[in-house]
Amino acid sequence: MEWLIATMIGLLIGCGIYLLLRSRSFPVVLGLLLLSYGVNLFVFAAGGLRVDQPPLIASGSPYADPLPQALVLTAIVIGFAMTAFVLMLALRALSELGSDRVDERQGDEES
Amino acid sequence: MSTPSMLLSLLLPLAFGALLLVGARLPLSVQRAIGLVGVLCVLAAALGVLARTAQGDILTTAIGGWPPPFGIVLVCDRLSALMLTLTGLLGTAALLHATGGGDAAGRHFHALFQFQLFGLAGAFLTGDLFNLFVFFEVLLIASYGLLTQGGGPARTRAALHYVVLNLVGSSLFLLGAALIYAATGTLNLADLAGRLGHLEPTEARLAGAGGLLLFTVFALKAALPPLHAWMVPAYAAASAPVAALFAILTKVGLYAMLRLLSLLPDTGSGPAFAGSVTWLLTGAAVLTITAGSLGALASTRLGTMIGYLVMLSMGTLLAGIAPGTAEGLAAALYYLVHTTLITAGLFLLADLIASGRAQGDRLVIGNPPRDVRILAPLFLLGATAIAGLPPLSGFLGKTLILIAVQNPAAIAPAVWPWIWAAVLGSSFVVLLGLSRAGVLLLWRRRGAASRQDSVANAVECRPGLARPALVGTSALLAASPLLMLLAGPLTGFTLATARQTLDNGDYVAAVAGFVPRASAVSEEGTDP
Repeated sequence: MEWLIATMIGLLIGCGIYLLLRSRSFPVVLGLLLLSYGVNLFVFAAGGLRVDQPPLIASGSPYADPLPQALVLTAIVIGFAMTAFVLMLALRALSELGSDRVDERQGDEES
Repeated sequence: MSTPSMLLSLLLPLAFGALLLVGARLPLSVQRAIGLVGVLCVLAAALGVLARTAQGDILTTAIGGWPPPFGIVLVCDRLSALMLTLTGLLGTAALLHATGGGDAAGRHFHALFQFQLFGLAGAFLTGDLFNLFVFFEVLLIASYGLLTQGGGPARTRAALHYVVLNLVGSSLFLLGAALIYAATGTLNLADLAGRLGHLEPTEARLAGAGGLLLFTVFALKAALPPLHAWMVPAYAAASAPVAALFAILTKVGLYAMLRLLSLLPDTGSGPAFAGSVTWLLTGAAVLTITAGSLGALASTRLGTMIGYLVMLSMGTLLAGIAPGTAEGLAAALYYLVHTTLITAGLFLLADLIASGRAQGDRLVIGNPPRDVRILAPLFLLGATAIAGLPPLSGFLGKTLILIAVQNPAAIAPAVWPWIWAAVLGSSFVVLLGLSRAGVLLLWRRRGAASRQDSVANAVECRPGLARPALVGTSALLAASPLLMLLAGPLTGFTLATARQTLDNGDYVAAVAGFVPRASAVSEEGTDP
């Protein structure tokens, strides 16, 4: 199972980085999304992988580490809000700049 | 030990921000009044915390009453108190400037401003790696909102780059924190400091990888090259009060870096860290100083130039931190107070100059702005301070840093000539750039074409200087002579701060020895 999870995290983060390096804003946003999925899985796995164990400490019975689960919930909520924001910002950039390219130089229209 | 003022400095901006969010339809003057009361309360609370910590106490409280290392702890030592006070001062001056008209561009300016203060206070007070992440996100989302206030193509483009880069940074932060948790089993900073020294080799490698990831994130926030590209466009595009408040955002990265470094296991006597860490920091410092000074010289606008000066100051601060000695850190902290206040003041001043001039803040020949008799001395004051010329605090800060790194007992002998060359060379380059800017902006007249320009000036510019804006600007710039006059007590305080930060024993003991009263609610904390 470790092998499976590790491959999935690697795949998600690899695809995320590839998309992040695209020059248009929509793939970049998708890349951020995939990156945060990969990272969330990674955080979840940071407490060790256990099957069929509740994240509760009962007397004697084995338990899964509850802290990464709490952390990943927080990270998911924050990541969701941030993705929504960056999506809106990308739309606004599209309408204000007339282009969805993210690699245009800052000072092009100045001077 | 706990004190209400620490919690107040965190909760007040949240409360005022929520109030302003509900009252977003109130008249602007009422919002301004609420916002000003808010920042003044924060400043008062921060000063209260400063007074307590100055005696050497470390204030601790646990939200929800769970004992550390499980609960959410807030810890305030001298360093946190210093940063909090700086935030309060900066917030007050920036908001004063904003009440001159800068806050009318978009709704929710005042609410976002308070949330920004909330995020900053949280980042400085938290004693837990994951909550540091959460407060980073709070201050970032507030800064995204503040940056895009008013709109416009330049601002939107800078904001898009800023947001995307910082979201990548947040992902790296989570990866780093997860690695450290996987290796050590804790996220509490004080608990980490105890455990980092006793790790298995494989765990130590994991934790090291996590630490370096975190270092990368903090370097991104602190705008160290090659992770600096977001910073100058964002600062130059932001409205003046926002840019002034952002002057402390880069310092948050530095603060977090410092906290991380102070956790490293003790090497016994001598510097708190050495070897590869010193080289890493020195390399980053020299690179940042070089890039910052070249950028400042090549700028075509005053706002851009000040953005590069902020970057340059990050390099100078790192140079002071690099040796890992209390003297170096003390000098860097003195310089941090100076540079934060002065660069913020310069951002505000650039706005005042730009609003009185047909060419804005572009460094081209034109007519001097209106009210040049007030603005020119202020520019002279700010430029002298930031370039590090003798009578003002920049000179003292840079000299203290140079003396501290040259101490042969403290640092590898091969390091200090690099730092000296970078700091002194950059001071000369900055002096050159600022003189050129001052001549072009305030002095030069364009002979025959001037009549046309003065007509344009009269048509395009806002009438006169707004009084609160001028008060905020001059208060920040006047900090420089004040810092020089108060240099004695202040360097004493920063030295004590540096000792307390580098020797993390007190910090660890304060958190480990903290036992929350079972019945205590978060607002009350516990009594000593």
